[in-house]
Amino acid sequence: MPDPNATPLLEVSDLSIEFESAERTVVAVDGVSFSMAAGSTLAVVGESGSGKSVTALSLGRLLPSPPARIRSGRVVFEGIDLLTLPEPALRHYRGGKIAYVFQEPSTSLNPVFSVGFQLSEAMALHRHDLADRRGAGLAALTEVGIRDPERCWRSYPHELSGGMQQRVMIAMALVCRPRLLVADEPTTALDVTIQAQILGLLREIRSRFGMAILLITHNFGLVKGFADHVVVMFRGKIVEQGPTDSLLASPRHPYTQALIACVPRLGDSKKRLATIDYARLDSLLTPS
Amino acid sequence: MLLEVANLVVRYPLPGGLFFRSRRFVEPVKGVSFRIRAGRTVGLVGESGSGKTTIGKAVVRLIAPHSGEIRYRQERIDGLSGARLHPYRKRVQMIFQDPHNSLNPRLSIARILGEPLEIHFPALRAQERRSRAADLLRRVGLPSDSLDRFPHEFSGGQRQRIGIARALAVEPELIVCDEPVSALDVSIQAQIVNLLQDLQQELGLAYLFISHDLAVVEHMSDEVLVLNEGRIVEAAPPEELYRNPKNEYTRKLLAAVPSL
Repeated sequence: MPDPNATPLLEVSDLSIEFESAERTVVAVDGVSFSMAAGSTLAVVGESGSGKSVTALSLGRLLPSPPARIRSGRVVFEGIDLLTLPEPALRHYRGGKIAYVFQEPSTSLNPVFSVGFQLSEAMALHRHDLADRRGAGLAALTEVGIRDPERCWRSYPHELSGGMQQRVMIAMALVCRPRLLVADEPTTALDVTIQAQILGLLREIRSRFGMAILLITHNFGLVKGFADHVVVMFRGKIVEQGPTDSLLASPRHPYTQALIACVPRLGDSKKRLATIDYARLDSLLTPS
Repeated sequence: MLLEVANLVVRYPLPGGLFFRSRRFVEPVKGVSFRIRAGRTVGLVGESGSGKTTIGKAVVRLIAPHSGEIRYRQERIDGLSGARLHPYRKRVQMIFQDPHNSLNPRLSIARILGEPLEIHFPALRAQERRSRAADLLRRVGLPSDSLDRFPHEFSGGQRQRIGIARALAVEPELIVCDEPVSALDVSIQAQIVNLLQDLQQELGLAYLFISHDLAVVEHMSDEVLVLNEGRIVEAAPPEELYRNPKNEYTRKLLAAVPSL
């Protein structure tokens, strides 16, 4: 049990982000606050457009600005506010202490460079202490369960399956020994069987290296057995957050209840799936 | 019986053989047999590379089988080509996984829905096609004023509804659904699954429902076929498959489904 008085690894407070265009301004993230202890796992669950990915990207200041603009809030990582940090100092965190794994491994990897080259590049930026980059890279590929790391090192992304590409992305994150791994829908593009493998791998490396994991997902099915805490986002706001077990057992917010109910379960075939009644939610959320 | 597939084999030649035809080939489907009754759903589940999409494409005859028989209402359709496939295409339609890539971005929704009507109901006048297209949109739960809009103006779930409306346009009896909900949020996935079930009730459609997700397939299907490396390793009604999986590969697929 982490000490509740210790400084959290990450503390996001009152974060609001808007997107500006000529015609209008859209508030994508609206007053979001949450924190993470070192070595913990947090799942941010929400649908497309809920602001979950924008929140995740803002941690490493990965949002293009314009159109994105931070309206308010702080993102404090190991005591440092990342939002006000000058760009050169930020690079130490982005990709180094905070690593990302994205949804689409085939577009995250550069198609014209070998896996080995791309791994070496990450180490050249973030691991000046390493003398033997090749050795460390091969070790990382082994750690993510790649059976023939030598061959993988020489391969180009198109020669690998989607599951293998995602393992390479995780290895690339791992070689930088991050304190926080942000996994933005890491398994959405993959088969269910490969998804189970990748989630198992993330769990394993988390306990082995003691890094924290922030999982972004639209699927409540992935949360159980993976995350300690859950944040539920809807239309840019956090509607509910809490420890996973109690939140799943007794979700309080109607949106959380609806999002849990629409996950298909094995063994109740042909029953009608629950759907989300957005009109009802709107009437509940709008103060009258 | 609506559709009968017997010993279906599909082969693709591998590149090579500069002067002679290549002798090397891959065989994604290695002798598969199944049947679909009118108004029922057969689910086809397997991982990437198991051959499930290839089977779907062979059934709608986007590709020709290497050997085996496909019968539609007793009639052999595996050897047909060109214009002789035309009547079959009116009976059997397909919806695809990626609603972003399966609609032409330069066509309005009216054109997207109007084209199959033009081909299969040539007697219809332009105004009649338009009103039919509006009916189709209503049927899949989209406002009929969507007709003059373009695919990019719709969300992923709405685009999948347009794909379903396009398949319905020719009044088919069988729809091959190839991973129709895999690219969608779970919340939207539930809406589309329910829509497909409603349409089946109303119109008596049969489905060949293809997915890698056993939980979704189980939800949709009267019978589930488990496919591994081009062969059916288990076929059973969904409750039985879930309660008493006989094949080891089926158990592996069941274990991979996240549980709440």
